[in-house]
Amino acid sequence: MNGDEAVAFAAKQAKVDVVAAYPITPQTIIVERFSDYVANGEVDTQFICVESEHSALSACVGSALSGSRVFTATSSQGLALMHEVLYLASGLRAPIVMAVVNRALSAPINIHNDHSDMMGSRDCGWIQIYAENGQEAYDWTLQAFKIAEDHKVLLPVTVNLDGFTISHAMEGIAVLEDDDVTKLLGTRKAMYKLDTTNPMTFGPLTLPDYYSEFKRQQVDAMDNAPPVIEAATKDFGKISGRQYSAVSTFGLEDAEVAVMCLGSIAGTARTVARKMRENGKRVGVIKLWQYRPFPTTQVANLLSNLKCVGILDRSVAFGAPYGPLCSDVASTKVLTGIQTKIFNVICGLGGRDVRPVDIEAVFDRALRHARGEPVEEPVSYAGVRT
Amino acid sequence: MVTLKELPTVELFGPGHRMCTGCGPAATARITMKALEKPAIIVNATGCLEVATTIYPETAWKVPWIHTLFENIAAVASGIEASMRKQGKIDSVDIVAFGGDGGTFDIGIQALSGALERKHDFTYICYDNEAYMNTGIQRSGATPFGAATTTTPAGSKIPGKEHPKKDLIGVCVAHGVEFAATASLAYWNDYITKVRRAAAVKGPAVIHVLAPCPLGWRFDTADTVKLARLAVQTRYFPLYEVEQGRYKLNVKVPKPIPLEEFLKPQGRFRHLFAPESKPALDELKRQVESNWNRVAQRCEETMKQASSSPS
Repeated sequence: MNGDEAVAFAAKQAKVDVVAAYPITPQTIIVERFSDYVANGEVDTQFICVESEHSALSACVGSALSGSRVFTATSSQGLALMHEVLYLASGLRAPIVMAVVNRALSAPINIHNDHSDMMGSRDCGWIQIYAENGQEAYDWTLQAFKIAEDHKVLLPVTVNLDGFTISHAMEGIAVLEDDDVTKLLGTRKAMYKLDTTNPMTFGPLTLPDYYSEFKRQQVDAMDNAPPVIEAATKDFGKISGRQYSAVSTFGLEDAEVAVMCLGSIAGTARTVARKMRENGKRVGVIKLWQYRPFPTTQVANLLSNLKCVGILDRSVAFGAPYGPLCSDVASTKVLTGIQTKIFNVICGLGGRDVRPVDIEAVFDRALRHARGEPVEEPVSYAGVRT
Repeated sequence: MVTLKELPTVELFGPGHRMCTGCGPAATARITMKALEKPAIIVNATGCLEVATTIYPETAWKVPWIHTLFENIAAVASGIEASMRKQGKIDSVDIVAFGGDGGTFDIGIQALSGALERKHDFTYICYDNEAYMNTGIQRSGATPFGAATTTTPAGSKIPGKEHPKKDLIGVCVAHGVEFAATASLAYWNDYITKVRRAAAVKGPAVIHVLAPCPLGWRFDTADTVKLARLAVQTRYFPLYEVEQGRYKLNVKVPKPIPLEEFLKPQGRFRHLFAPESKPALDELKRQVESNWNRVAQRCEETMKQASSSPS
């Protein structure tokens, strides 16, 4: 199946109580497949086919705070339209799982992949996971329910998968048995919910005397997430044989330079690195699965053994010193005092192919910086006409 | 119709909230909670009723209550309804969405349209005070022609709002809702009957209740109910219901009180009584008459159809 189908299948196996969603390319296959499950009676899910993404996520918030297990999916403009509801979901501690099929933002309109949609809502208080392929999208969707619904976390989670590159690419996906998924996830037990036998007020007006405390509790919840994520990946690993963590690496045992990235581009980077390593180049790849909360300690530990890292960003942070991923790495350097050289390459915007030669050029440049060449161009743009 | 004695004494919308003296929406919320017969879940749009009743760590609501955003209560209610359905609780709970006129006529109309089309089982109550009162009396799609607001001031060139009030019930009826009705705070037992009917129907129902705002309309806080009554008796705000497409006038007004009696106590219409504003006043009167005639005609048509069709 393709990536979208894999995600829909995961939501089905998770026995979600409510799905509220609105179609947008390249997420459409997720809602279409799920609609098939509903129409054929394969799921016992309330499926709300809403009139906008804003209402999709709003309905999810209503369902999640009523105690239900909730799933939705969107992309690009849809995520942008949800923007204010994203903050609502995290602020109200609604443990929604949402697949974001990453696609460029208008204008100009473009239906292909980059990460500007999710990065535009980066600080919305959601846990953010990036998948490299359909298998990872399936696996993380299942793990996401376990993370989101944990009472120590109670935060919504996005599982990001690259538009078309993952969403529409057919691959063999190893799926779990339904019973194993049920064993892994159980049914959701809500800590607080809209309940007529125990009336509570959700979403009160909160003024300067308490607002900061609410926000601080969200920070605490985000801080609580890493061990919960780790536990979820261990439980999942035992059942599936596929072990995840915050970060995935390749060749770092002896690498002097590396490329760091999110999502499907990691596959290309690994292929290039493998080839270069065969030619004696000591290069490696760092792929983040977990982008929020940012795995600062793990990244710092990895960086401390490297001389230079080229960081790939598939979105532009207009007017900022670096793209979003590179900004986080730069902050990590400041926080930990690591002297590793970094440089930022913006690539793959609006579905622009990132070719092996583009990645090879990043490795070559990193190797030159490792040998002493100063980083004179902190941000460059791969394969862009000027 | 229900009598005062029959109303529950329990106050599920409790005293001590910070709504203004003479607030129409506050009284509306209180009566609504007395009207509902099943345990209720309240979904409240951003607005006066929300900000002044749930200032953390206090709440006036003794039922499950949720505020999320301004424009999305119909969608949030859809989600709650779906969850209750999944839990098998849908028949034992009343899901009620409260939106002001701004949250309903304007910014929330898309979500409302979607929820009505999808036939979610909930009651939508629009408490209409005819402007964005919470943010300081700005015009909405529910503000009547000629009214002065802070964004349609009575200027020397433009005397108040230039556009007529939107027909909310018409919009809802066009969605084929089972039950839609207007109501007035002054006719409280008519309102209670309608709330109970709305809660009882399967699927969505809409009540559009006129809830005067002393601050925004600029009248004496003691006169809220009086103005709510005058709005009906001057034919300014016809009380009617539409059940399965059948129109019924609930309060007949054979001898309307002159519209001026409703307008004059209100500061928002004061400028219309200057001699140079006569054309604007005449236009408002024309719109009020036209609206009444439209509603009356539909009610008459329904009666004719009922008498001509075999029972």
